[in-house]
Amino acid sequence: MQPVIQIKNLQKSYKGGFQALKDINLDIAKGEIFALLGPNGAGKTTLISIVCGIVNATGGSVAVDGFDIVTNYRETRSRIGLVPQELTTDAFETVWATVTFSRGLFGKGPNPAHIEKILKQLSLWDKKDSKIMTLSGGMKRRVLIAKALSHDPSILFLDEPTAGVDVELRKDMWNVVRGLQQSGVTIILTTHYIEEAEMMADRVGVIRKGEIILVEDKDLLMRKLGEKQLTIHLQAKLDKIPDKLAKHALHLTDDKKSLVYTYDTAAGRTGITGLLGDLSDAKIRFVDIETQERSLEDIFVNLVHEDKEEDDDA
Amino acid sequence: MNVRGILAIYKFEMARTGRTLMQSIVSPVLSTCLYFIVFGAAIGSRITEVDGVSYGSFIVPGLIMLSLLTQSVSNASFGIYFPRFSGTIYEILSAPVSYLEIVIGYAGAAATKSIILGLIILATAGFFVPLHVAHPLVMLGFLLLTSVTFSLLGFIIGIWADGFEKLQIVPLLVITPLTFLGGTFYSIDMLPPLWQKISLLNPVVYLVSGFRWAFYDKGDVSIVASFMMSMLFLGICLALIAWIFRTGYRLKD
Repeated sequence: MQPVIQIKNLQKSYKGGFQALKDINLDIAKGEIFALLGPNGAGKTTLISIVCGIVNATGGSVAVDGFDIVTNYRETRSRIGLVPQELTTDAFETVWATVTFSRGLFGKGPNPAHIEKILKQLSLWDKKDSKIMTLSGGMKRRVLIAKALSHDPSILFLDEPTAGVDVELRKDMWNVVRGLQQSGVTIILTTHYIEEAEMMADRVGVIRKGEIILVEDKDLLMRKLGEKQLTIHLQAKLDKIPDKLAKHALHLTDDKKSLVYTYDTAAGRTGITGLLGDLSDAKIRFVDIETQERSLEDIFVNLVHEDKEEDDDA
Repeated sequence: MNVRGILAIYKFEMARTGRTLMQSIVSPVLSTCLYFIVFGAAIGSRITEVDGVSYGSFIVPGLIMLSLLTQSVSNASFGIYFPRFSGTIYEILSAPVSYLEIVIGYAGAAATKSIILGLIILATAGFFVPLHVAHPLVMLGFLLLTSVTFSLLGFIIGIWADGFEKLQIVPLLVITPLTFLGGTFYSIDMLPPLWQKISLLNPVVYLVSGFRWAFYDKGDVSIVASFMMSMLFLGICLALIAWIFRTGYRLKD
């Protein structure tokens, strides 16, 4: 299937020589939720800004629905809605006026019913006549989403959409995003909340120092890179791990009541059977066993950390 | 062409005028009334006529031009600078609107406000002095041409400025002095010969003269020279704007 966004050899350098993006290649499939993760200054916002037309690329190309973002900018931009990271709003405008403005700016005719629907979806309806400057940070974020949705985009960029938003509002927004995906909208989000990517994304990309270091199906990624931990709750406290069990990657918890075994789910042999046998041989009795999967956050931190170590070694 | 996009920008800017009515309309009208009182009634009573026109009536075109130039520049420069300052420019840059459409929206709204202001000042002048417009269509044409040209200049300043202070520098330090020295309150024939020649280097002389010709059929320079100078200035502004958008100067990193 033709990707809805095709990024080829995209580069961005600034006058001082700083390379914000280095030869980025990325395809986004129609209808997916793609989460772009990366530390601050990795190039996430620069990448989004180039696709949306806010920043000029130094090299490479981007096609949206087959249209080039430079030569066919009207076609590409009319398909895209952007929710920026900063809370940049027209402070003196009302919610209704600013959302109506956005729809007009994108060349769409007036449609009060559509705007009413969006404002109700985002719980902004009772604020429609309020000036934006009177709204809380979370409500302003919703206004930015409403503006981005005002012209019925088929692609939505959410740059840190839930930054500064409380848990309840965040969950509401996730519901809105899921609803949009169900209606066929492709969503690309950058986030610092790994939990957000874990819950929402179909695929995950990790960007670091202007380079995409990984693009993977989220579930596959978690399976592939996912270590699991097996916690064995002991019947009696242990002073130290017996020598017979030294060959297993075991760790005794500080309270001496549990043994933690880390294993790789991708490995052919997890070593659990051998461990349980050796525990039995060592006459160590246990009352419970539980397993824990690594979170996307652990994977992300490891990836960025490993990459940093490679840099340091070089 | 994204006509709806142009209209959205235009309406947004016009709505801003409504919110800042005191600053946009009332303040310039009040200043002009003060000019009439000071220069027209107090000082003007000691000057009988200039070029066969009573002094009070003589200064009307210049006063309108003074407001037109400063307000066109101020409105257009603030109109584009504020979204840059607040960050809302992201929406304009990511919308399917061409550079030309953006300029039409912003400069068009600024020019509209200036024209409305010019006509209000003209009507206000009618309360103070007898008015006669010899060439109404030329008068309206000059009003339109000058307000559009200086709105484009304002747009350029709004892109160039990287602080609120710079927005004020050009209107205060360039346009106002040039207008005062451009024959707003006098005919350049009244100056010594050397200063008459130096005055001809001031582009505002041509604008004020052309506008005054539309009122009283008399000007410091010929109407053709006034028209050519206005068109030249318009051409320079358009060329600069084309360059700004081609290079992304101060708009796109």
